[in-house]
Amino acid sequence: MYRGVNVVRAGKMYKTIESIQGPLLFVKRTHDIAFGEYVRIVAPDGSERRGQVLEVAQNYALIQVFEGTEGLNAADTKVIFTGETLEVPVSTDLLGRILDGSGHPIDGLPDPIPEDFRDVNGAPINPYCREYPREPIQTGISAIDGMNTLVRGQKLPLFSGFGLPHNLIAAQILRQATVPGKPEAFVIVFAAMGITSDEARFFIEDLRKSGAIERTVCVLNLADDPAIERLLTPRVALTIAEHLAFDHDFHVMVLLTDMTNYAEALRQISAAREEVPGRRGYPGYMYSDLASIYERAGRIRGRKGTITQMPILTMPHDDITHPIPDLTGYITEGQIIIDRELHKRGIYPPINVLPSLSRLMKEGIGKGLTREDHRGVSDQLYYAYAEGRSLRELVAIVGEEALSPRDRRYLEFADRFEKEFVSQDFYENRTFEETLDIGWDLLAMLPEEELKRIPSDIIKKWHPKYRGSKVGSSS
Amino acid sequence: MERIGKITEISGPVVKAVGLHGAKMYEAVRVGEEELIGEIILVRGNEVTIQVYERTEGLRPGEKVIGTGEMLSATLGPGLIGMIYDGIQRPLPEIAKAVGDFISRGVEATPLPMDKKWKMKKLVKVGDRVEEGDIIAVTQETKTIEHRIMVPPGIRGKIVEVNEEDKLTVKDTIVKIKTPEGKVVEICAVHKWPVRRPRRFKRRLPPTTPLITGQRIIDVFFFIAKGGVAAIPGGFGTGKTVMQHQLAQWADADIIVYIGCGERGNEMTEVLERFPELKDPRTGRPLMERTILIANTSNMPVAAREASIYTGITIAEYYRDMGYDVALMADSTSRWAEALREISSRLEEMPGEEGYPAYLAAKIAEFYERAGVVETLGSKPRVGSISVVGAVSPQGGDFSEPVTQNTLRVVKVFWALDTELAYRRHFPAINWMRSYTLYTEALKKYFEEKVDRNFLEYRKKALSLLAKEAELLEIVRVVGPDALSPREKEILEIARMIREDFLMQSAFHEIDTYCPIKKSVLMLKTILHFHKHAMEAVKKGIGVDKIFSLPVTVKISRMKELPYDVYEKEIALINEEIDKEFSEMGVPTCIGE
Repeated sequence: MYRGVNVVRAGKMYKTIESIQGPLLFVKRTHDIAFGEYVRIVAPDGSERRGQVLEVAQNYALIQVFEGTEGLNAADTKVIFTGETLEVPVSTDLLGRILDGSGHPIDGLPDPIPEDFRDVNGAPINPYCREYPREPIQTGISAIDGMNTLVRGQKLPLFSGFGLPHNLIAAQILRQATVPGKPEAFVIVFAAMGITSDEARFFIEDLRKSGAIERTVCVLNLADDPAIERLLTPRVALTIAEHLAFDHDFHVMVLLTDMTNYAEALRQISAAREEVPGRRGYPGYMYSDLASIYERAGRIRGRKGTITQMPILTMPHDDITHPIPDLTGYITEGQIIIDRELHKRGIYPPINVLPSLSRLMKEGIGKGLTREDHRGVSDQLYYAYAEGRSLRELVAIVGEEALSPRDRRYLEFADRFEKEFVSQDFYENRTFEETLDIGWDLLAMLPEEELKRIPSDIIKKWHPKYRGSKVGSSS
Repeated sequence: MERIGKITEISGPVVKAVGLHGAKMYEAVRVGEEELIGEIILVRGNEVTIQVYERTEGLRPGEKVIGTGEMLSATLGPGLIGMIYDGIQRPLPEIAKAVGDFISRGVEATPLPMDKKWKMKKLVKVGDRVEEGDIIAVTQETKTIEHRIMVPPGIRGKIVEVNEEDKLTVKDTIVKIKTPEGKVVEICAVHKWPVRRPRRFKRRLPPTTPLITGQRIIDVFFFIAKGGVAAIPGGFGTGKTVMQHQLAQWADADIIVYIGCGERGNEMTEVLERFPELKDPRTGRPLMERTILIANTSNMPVAAREASIYTGITIAEYYRDMGYDVALMADSTSRWAEALREISSRLEEMPGEEGYPAYLAAKIAEFYERAGVVETLGSKPRVGSISVVGAVSPQGGDFSEPVTQNTLRVVKVFWALDTELAYRRHFPAINWMRSYTLYTEALKKYFEEKVDRNFLEYRKKALSLLAKEAELLEIVRVVGPDALSPREKEILEIARMIREDFLMQSAFHEIDTYCPIKKSVLMLKTILHFHKHAMEAVKKGIGVDKIFSLPVTVKISRMKELPYDVYEKEIALINEEIDKEFSEMGVPTCIGE
């Protein structure tokens, strides 16, 4: 029989609940219970819930209940300690399937046959066994490919805000992502935490349209699902991803959305335990906890598969210094920032390349990977766009007349950069070459001696002036 | 007799136990049936609280706890260099050999290769009197590092026997010493030292030599002394880790201890892949031959993260005692502080600011205090030093948070990383207005004698131009650039030149990644030379735009790329060209600097 994590197996049963507080159960007179043990809770109405031991002593145990404690009472609720850690069944049969937030199929199809059962917490990859990620992924989106290249095995989050089109961007990346010169497609693991069913449906429909659904595993905890289960969802998804990548050689792309909801669930547990809070009420161990999710990406020497992570988080108040984006940024290998101001001006995708960053880009671009001029072009575009943006602020105060001809050119550059380079259609899939050529078209509007970030031999080879005809296809 | 207690309570990495008689603070213990490694952090009557260095899932109340009687210690001896350890000094390659690519628990691994035979040259003979710290034998640990085996702590006396064998393992007896009490002790190449206790030395010495890093903004503006302490705080994406990697690569120390404390796994991989290939500019040998790595990444157990800092500095002290200049990079001390906070909160201690324990300041100060220049123990003392560079990751990039503030109280050099600069891709993103060094007086003599007579004047001049620029930019922001006089416009342009052509340095450019200090000074001198002429030209009414579009400015901007063997000649030519191009505009050559 197929088991979700709600494994049915013999265990020790107690009916000695002393107190129920928020998502926590306090069970007394327990004996020989293991820390972290998986617990089944049978409610008075006979329904079953899942839980985990958070703290244990000789005569009591503290349990967090993933589905919440609504409807539980102290007298009739049964608590069954299973003696096992939380495990999830893994199998390649999971491809094309839809699971709930703790790994149980909900698509009405027959249960897949598990190849193995794995602890949802995984184990840290030995840093000595890692291989540094170097293969660039072409997402077809210039703002990412040209300026913040994603690499296979990287963890690169989208930092967004409410009402911004991060879902569109993520869907476009899932649809378009390839590694030039490598035919194998990505396998997708989609983990939803507290997003609406509309949002989930949008992703699933888009994957269905492109045919990618056949190589996708969906793990869904939606907005109306239990909040504490969100602590489990990304772990279930990543356990499946690790199996696909490291046992079956797949290249896996994991989409985690929305990590903000995950962090809220974490805070809820911490508050219920009356822990000393860190910043803004989030627990002091949130960094370590988030790391135990984000660090489950990468590649391992001697194994073919990879895990690339794309977490999405919505920044409360668009505030990047909020603990959730802040701690995430310290763990992930860069961030892609979705910008409200660009969005308001009708630019899609509204990616602000300046605060965005891909830490693994430096090793993933250049000759033999993307193109030899990539670094120079990208550095120069950055510089010029930053210059243009800061001049915009100045213009707001002193007016355009006060600017020198040089400054005016940079101002125009920034406008064209947003319209021609950043902006593109939801279905427009640009190659690295196309992206870089658009970059050159824009740089060609600046005097050549301003192009200090590009080595002179690269200018001689790639500048439109020396390449004869005008290249690229700026719209 | 084995001392055994019993687990009573488990909450994350913190375990309580009773019945462990004679338990001492910071005693190392083995926890549970799997004998996980732990350390006692609280003793209350019959009950002890233990922090466990491995994951505790599956532990049960009632399981045993074994006391080892020893403090948590580092194992010191030949074979440390080139190793990569976890926070409690288990070699990661050994763990991989034992359990595969993923780290599981309860793995035993000896820190040093026990059967490797070292060719040892004995420096003492029977009858010699020796004391703690005296060198009894040396062995070539790597091509460039001679490992000096010293009389271990607490031992002195007369050599009564010398092992004549040439090749010895770390466990073989090298000499036997008869102590004044008449006891004969066997000395081998390895000994243990409790990580939380600073190793002893004779006395502290004032720092007099800079740690040259090959990074222009550090070497010329905000230098650190050998034996000095520096902090490098910055929000994410400001380049802390790249900076730490740069220092680990290019700093002119003999030994580098690099602690990846609660950071990304891939960053350690990067070091592991790159360092064996990169050559030390001074010795031409692979950098790995002087490097020891300690990797306790963010997803590894939090208590071991807390210990990693101490393991690292103890190893650094050991090499310092041999008479080496050691540089230690800790990335990031904030993660260490967070580990302290996590443990403290599990102990239900009264929290201080932002939930950090009240003793955070003391812990930070104690750690940095283990840096310095010292005269070592021994009858023929040596001089050794430890320089410490600690990265700080302030939440929200806010420098007013407790870890940054408590660190700034003890360090002498502050490299403030700036998010704004990073967004503009100005790297290293060290803010020149906020950063400082307090080693100016201590290193003055060295710079004037060994680098350039006027070194500190160039520095002062350049910094004051940058300060002036900041002022002028304020004005421009309010009233626009038209309000500036030509002289002021010239300052804006020359400051831009200092920023872009001097301060910006690419860690990824083959040549620019390492800039010899001599070249740094020549570059700055050239820009100031240009400035002098430009001011004259402005006086003569020549437009600032025209001055800064002279052909020579392109050459100035490419000085950083000049190869090591030709830069001197090429920069001299650039200076001549400055003279020539200005004299063509009717500005006479300025004499003197």
